[in-house]
Amino acid sequence: MNFETTIGLEVHVELKTKSKMFSTSPAVYGAEPNTNTNVIDFGFPGTLPTVNKEGYRLGIMTALALHAEVEKHTHFDRKNYFYPDNPKAYQITQYEKPLAHDGWIEIEVDGQKKKIGIEEMHVEEDAGKNTHGEDGYSYVDLNRQGTGLIEIVSKPDMTTPDEAYAYLEKLKQTIQFTGASDVKMEEGSMRVDCNISIRPIGSKKYGQKIELKNLNSFNHVRLGLAFEEKRQAEILRMGGEILPETRRFDEPSGETILMRVKEGKDDYRYFPEPDLPNYEIEQAWIDQINSQLPEMPDKRRIRYVDELEIPEYDAGVLTATKEMSDFFEESVSLGANPKLVSNWLMGEVNAYMNANQLDLLETKLTPKNLATMVKLITEGTISSKIAKKVFQETIENGTEPNQWVKEKGLIQESDPAVLTPIISEILDNNEQSIIDFKNGKDRAIGFLVGQIMKQTHGQANPKVVNQILMSEIKKR
Amino acid sequence: MNYFDHSIEELHELLVNKEITATQLVESTYENIEATDKKINAFITLNKEEALKRAQAVDEKGIDTDNLMSGIPIAIKDNILTTGIKTTAASKMLENFVPVYDATVVEKLHQDGAISVGKLNMDEFAMGSSSETSYFGNVHNPWNLDRVPGGSSGGSAASVAAGEIVAALGTDTGGSVRQPAAFNGVFGIKPTYGRISRWGVIAFSSSLDQVGVLSKRVKDAAAVLTSISGEDSKDDTSAAVEVPDFVKNINPDMKGKKIAVPKEFMGEGVNDQIIEVIKSALQEFEKMGATVETISLPHVKNAVPTYFILASSEASSNLQRFDGIRYGFRAQDVKNLEDVYVKSRSEGFGDEVKRRLMLGTFALSSGYYDVYFKKAAQIRTLIIQEMAKVFEEYDYIMGPSTPTTAFKIGDKIDDPVTMYMNDMLTIPANMSGAPAASIPAGMIDGMPVGLQIIANNFDDQGVFDAALAFEQATKFYEKQPAMKGEN
Repeated sequence: MNFETTIGLEVHVELKTKSKMFSTSPAVYGAEPNTNTNVIDFGFPGTLPTVNKEGYRLGIMTALALHAEVEKHTHFDRKNYFYPDNPKAYQITQYEKPLAHDGWIEIEVDGQKKKIGIEEMHVEEDAGKNTHGEDGYSYVDLNRQGTGLIEIVSKPDMTTPDEAYAYLEKLKQTIQFTGASDVKMEEGSMRVDCNISIRPIGSKKYGQKIELKNLNSFNHVRLGLAFEEKRQAEILRMGGEILPETRRFDEPSGETILMRVKEGKDDYRYFPEPDLPNYEIEQAWIDQINSQLPEMPDKRRIRYVDELEIPEYDAGVLTATKEMSDFFEESVSLGANPKLVSNWLMGEVNAYMNANQLDLLETKLTPKNLATMVKLITEGTISSKIAKKVFQETIENGTEPNQWVKEKGLIQESDPAVLTPIISEILDNNEQSIIDFKNGKDRAIGFLVGQIMKQTHGQANPKVVNQILMSEIKKR
Repeated sequence: MNYFDHSIEELHELLVNKEITATQLVESTYENIEATDKKINAFITLNKEEALKRAQAVDEKGIDTDNLMSGIPIAIKDNILTTGIKTTAASKMLENFVPVYDATVVEKLHQDGAISVGKLNMDEFAMGSSSETSYFGNVHNPWNLDRVPGGSSGGSAASVAAGEIVAALGTDTGGSVRQPAAFNGVFGIKPTYGRISRWGVIAFSSSLDQVGVLSKRVKDAAAVLTSISGEDSKDDTSAAVEVPDFVKNINPDMKGKKIAVPKEFMGEGVNDQIIEVIKSALQEFEKMGATVETISLPHVKNAVPTYFILASSEASSNLQRFDGIRYGFRAQDVKNLEDVYVKSRSEGFGDEVKRRLMLGTFALSSGYYDVYFKKAAQIRTLIIQEMAKVFEEYDYIMGPSTPTTAFKIGDKIDDPVTMYMNDMLTIPANMSGAPAASIPAGMIDGMPVGLQIIANNFDDQGVFDAALAFEQATKFYEKQPAMKGEN
């Protein structure tokens, strides 16, 4: 019996706002426990939530980037459950009238393009964090409590783990371009839960789905789903039954492990949040947000290929993150050659970032300095060999290239009046090489150029040196 | 100083003319309370030291001649948060809870120079109509100490009626200001929902709760309401509506005003003698040039069950935060997390609170939500529409505030449904958010009767206008309670 797989993903992304979604505490990652908190986050009696409009704006922006329809008559709901990291014992979320619905994104797997639907997306607050100490006590940190999240629920449109992986990559990239979230799995600003079921090929009815949680990376998602496909198929082939389970991915074994079997449906007693009024989202506001929506990666990629003559692959790399893409565009807008800027970013800059474990914006390189450096190359002011030195200096110390090459005397020598006497002298001293060259030994030229470079401390313009050298040899 | 004889305006004049200081006023307030509160048990906590400091500061700074509240003592219902002063909601759950912040209403009063003197007894978490569900003992009605003061703001009403204080803050979710005002022969107003910030008010039912004011005289409540009203950035349900000076703008001219009297308020379930008192009250308005017509609010008959479903549902969620973890009562002898939750809540809450939490939890449960909560929400919408329609044509809806006068302590506490019917006439204004007040209109067998005055949303001024007109015509405030029991 052969099976087909159905995968749906629920993705939480943390909204990048200065303060929390329903309280005025700062929404910053990595602070000391319970320092970014106030009486609202602690669920003190008499406290009330207030909506962070900027958070909702980012939600709408994300919805528009995902081609979803924004709900105009909306309100918040309460989801009730007891847990120490949930101090009010309810979560403010959107249940009845979510932020937006019916969106899609396009993925590409093995050259095949496919649209993955988005069922709905809603704004909600995050919970705090429980940690279990070695001293036998459990600790609650409410720094995260009340931070804004968007939950994005896909349609069950994915049929392979690779499609799920591609969906997540694309979703992350798209949201990152909107600026609505940092979308970093490692900091918890992006979290993924999976639903996966299998059914005999051709069967109309979906199989029993299981939920996969605690996934730390996209790769774990892919591995976990792949393991589940196999596990479930084996059970069904043996005549067994799939139970409605919640499982987690175990990295060392590469397997999924049972967390709990779901017995009945949890009853969260959803009802409209009475501490917040109903909201009418005006079309004018949606239009305004739409007009502020940054150009999305797909469009940028096409533009780079068509207008800037960047190869398709390179354009894809440049648009992988908004930082890289914005950096590239700014350098180009300052008059630097697009292809050269692209080569530097993909080559030296990437290598530097990898070697030093830095994000692009964490390095000291600026688009302006990169553009200046590239221009120095194209104008012939510095050689590409010198350029590497300049690059090291500017990316490590943020030094302005123009000034630096002048100070260090690294400007390339292109003046024939300066170079000709030097070349003549070297030819005088190396007559054998001239004879060798005339006898067809091309290598002799390499030797001569090397001598000239040595004499000029590498600053001679190789192109000019070549021209003068040839004409000087001809004369002899 | 005797509060029976002095309105806030009169006290203000004495303060401005330096015939009395704020400190003296506060001191005499505590003398009043110490003399009478043994009999009525209106206060849970007194903050004398803090109040005297505040009074001294006001005296040193000088009375603000433009601000009626400057130097005026006031008492606060114990579900309204006061920094550093125990706020219990009359529950064992919060017996020792000391807030770290002030409710917006308290902050505003203090900014205006008012001096809060203590925290008033009430039904536990404002759930009740008799103040018998308090963890801190019954409140007694000053007109007859064997009778209840009503609830949930029973302490607020009793303290004003007994002359302990000139004005008190209450809260009104289904009638909790107006019903005790009626039972105690004082004025009590629940302003329009959204008029006052709920920040720092321990939530019972968020969509219905509103802070109100109780006082002997209409203008006293108007002065307090002017101080505590206004939009608040901490409460998204507070309304961006301008706050008039309710005292300066008051206009007791009833000529040409149109009054609607719902026949549902004057029939089944309402005591006949009360109906007679209200009829003669309405005649007073006719004498003043208003017209009175009978109308119908057909959905009001469903108000009580609708209210109990909606309010209990919201309460079941609002009160979940009392889990024994971060503040409040925590049960001892617990084995695990669930034990902390279950035992703390079982031991910390009283019977009436538990009854409503169970009712609300049930009404929100999957499978019951549609038939209970959703249905109730739909009926609420019908009541809102019904009342809005009346106000297209009429200036006021009037009728009795309560179906009976104050009953005996212990009479109804074991019969929740009969107890709940006490709120049948006050609930509609909570449902629609309309401003509504109760003003004394007469006596039956030595117990006061309240006339209810309801106006259109945000016409709080209109309520004060009609109430002042009626007060001037009847002068009920001249009557003083006996402070005795029947036996």
